[in-house]
Amino acid sequence: MPVRVQTEDFDTGVEINRMRHSRMDTGAIVSFVGLVRDTNHGSDVTAMTLEHYPGMTERALEEIVAQAKERWDIFDALVIHRVGTLKPMDQIVLVAVSGAHRGEAFAACEFIMDYLKTEAPFWKKEQTSAGERWVEARSSDEVARERWNSDINTYKQ
Amino acid sequence: MIKILYFARLKESLGKASEEFELPYQNFTIASLMTLLSSRGETWGREFGQGSTLRAAINYDVAREESILKDGDEVAFFPPVTGG
Repeated sequence: MPVRVQTEDFDTGVEINRMRHSRMDTGAIVSFVGLVRDTNHGSDVTAMTLEHYPGMTERALEEIVAQAKERWDIFDALVIHRVGTLKPMDQIVLVAVSGAHRGEAFAACEFIMDYLKTEAPFWKKEQTSAGERWVEARSSDEVARERWNSDINTYKQ
Repeated sequence: MIKILYFARLKESLGKASEEFELPYQNFTIASLMTLLSSRGETWGREFGQGSTLRAAINYDVAREESILKDGDEVAFFPPVTGG
């Protein structure tokens, strides 16, 4: 279960192709890419700096992937998260999940993102035309994570 | 002796990324540490005092208020996370 935290950009096509060629019984690969937007809370965002806690961040991501693998019948999961200074339209994060069928791969991909947003130690600071500001945690992200604790939303074949 | 790390907004408001700290007694908890840190001054009181939203970790694992610290631990305090 590869987890990578890096300053460099990533190539989603290359990563998905690698996953596609890793085993012949893969029927579905679901991926999510998170991007830097040029606007947030009504301000122009000119750049964003991402900080993390080396050691703990990787461990937290590995734990989230392990939970997803326990919960759904998926083959593999990849998480790449960038740190450092990024510009609007830059890629921040890639989550890719492979499995035999799409249902479990979709669910696991969303689960990993929801947990990443609320559990993995990353912090964003935005540079705006009005100055710098740390991004505040959003309660909607907590809500998104909590729904996975309800059996109703647990996808199982 | 333990090591304390501060991250993100907290690191900037305290003007400090890390420090060494001597545990004053046995069974010293995260809550005890936060109370002690909150008495260091206005900014520290605001960050670590009543209603603090900070999260804590011990040796890379999420910690609770009642988690007990021991010599050699790496403790981290940080604001709610905002990655992704």
